Amino acid sequence: MKYPLLVLFLRDLRVARRIGGSATMGVVFFLVMVSIAPFAIGPDPNLLARIGPAILWIAALLASLLCLDRLFQADLEDGSLDLFHLGRAPLELAVLVKCAAHWVTTGLPLTLAAPFLGLMLQQEETALAAVTLTLLAGTPALTLIGAIGAAATVTLRRGGLLMALLVLPLTIPVLIFGVSAAEAATGGTVSFAAPFAILCAISLGALALCPFAAAAALRSAGE
Amino acid sequence: MALPMTDIPHPPSRPHAERASALRLRVEDLAIARGGRRVLAGLGFTLASGEALIVTGRNGAGKSTLLRALAGLLPRLSGHIVIEGAAEAEEPATLLHYLAHADGLKAPLTARENLEFWAQFLGEEPDRRSLSPAEALERVGLAHLSETPVAMLSAGQKRRIALARLLVVFRPLWLLDEPTSALDAASRVRLARLMTEHRALGGMIIAATHEPLGLEDARELALGATS
Repeated sequence: MKYPLLVLFLRDLRVARRIGGSATMGVVFFLVMVSIAPFAIGPDPNLLARIGPAILWIAALLASLLCLDRLFQADLEDGSLDLFHLGRAPLELAVLVKCAAHWVTTGLPLTLAAPFLGLMLQQEETALAAVTLTLLAGTPALTLIGAIGAAATVTLRRGGLLMALLVLPLTIPVLIFGVSAAEAATGGTVSFAAPFAILCAISLGALALCPFAAAAALRSAGE
Repeated sequence: MALPMTDIPHPPSRPHAERASALRLRVEDLAIARGGRRVLAGLGFTLASGEALIVTGRNGAGKSTLLRALAGLLPRLSGHIVIEGAAEAEEPATLLHYLAHADGLKAPLTARENLEFWAQFLGEEPDRRSLSPAEALERVGLAHLSETPVAMLSAGQKRRIALARLLVVFRPLWLLDEPTSALDAASRVRLARLMTEHRALGGMIIAATHEPLGLEDARELALGATS
């Protein structure tokens, strides 16, 4: 018995490991973004502590977007994308598996780096835990929504900017509920659970819908 | 064309080789448009197990378009593409191999890793007519490069690994788009032999090409006369 989707997942992880760029690039970009924010805002600890979750979320959003444009483009260029159609697994599931592998190599490192970068922004333990938890729940949605943009711009030579323009507006709900859950954890009028539950719901909704949209875009790209 | 046949060791024939149950590809009244322009219209042919069809025509006549449409990658304006004799549940796309201009190989992975991936991704039940990646690499004469990353290989060597992909999973219909591109003379002889063996196993071949492939009694479909 063979598992085509499992071997696709393992292949993408292996390719990412051999190339070695994507995970490190994303985390380094994340680090740079978080480091330059205090230069722009000023070193006031109270201010940084208050807006820290927002900075971490924006930086994570941009960092995950940065790595997304090659998600399907590499497969289109080397011809793998055409061959995915010939497999027994539906293209939608192949897209989902590629997103999962992409999240493991980019979204997960960002999440794991977040508590350390949060220390640079005067975050307390509760806030660090809350930001990390919201990123863990929210970055899958960023990858999945980004996959639609990556699929829609797959045939464009320099589609990175267009992809960002397409994807960023769609990620606004993720940003709103991610940041508000993270901020609610350190006090405020809203409980942590409510925005966090909506964030999880957005991720699950993206999990259900985005593979279909991305696969449809890839099919029309192959024509 | 005289090709040197002597310097290539003849490979052992496949163990337990058996013919596929007779299949028949039937194409009727096929019309395909690309970018709003009708490229092919009124195309029809049949192909039975063991037969080969060479698609010829000038550049832009629609050879690649026809192969992509047969592979199910392009929508049809009209017409049918049916593979008769296959089980009901079989999707046409799972009965064919498509060799396009791009080789479908990941540059950072080794030749063996690429073939293992496609063998497991495309293959379903174990088939006695499928070769292992190591055997397939031997058949294209690249056994010594199995642990080399594909990025280090030449265009012709990559093409041969792409041909080995057709061997690791047995599928009755081969759609070959310019299969000889970047191949040297010895590799063309190997390709001709692989195609002959595939037909002997009951396979069908449709190849778009400008060059002689060494296929015996292949039929020819000239595109461009109608469009």
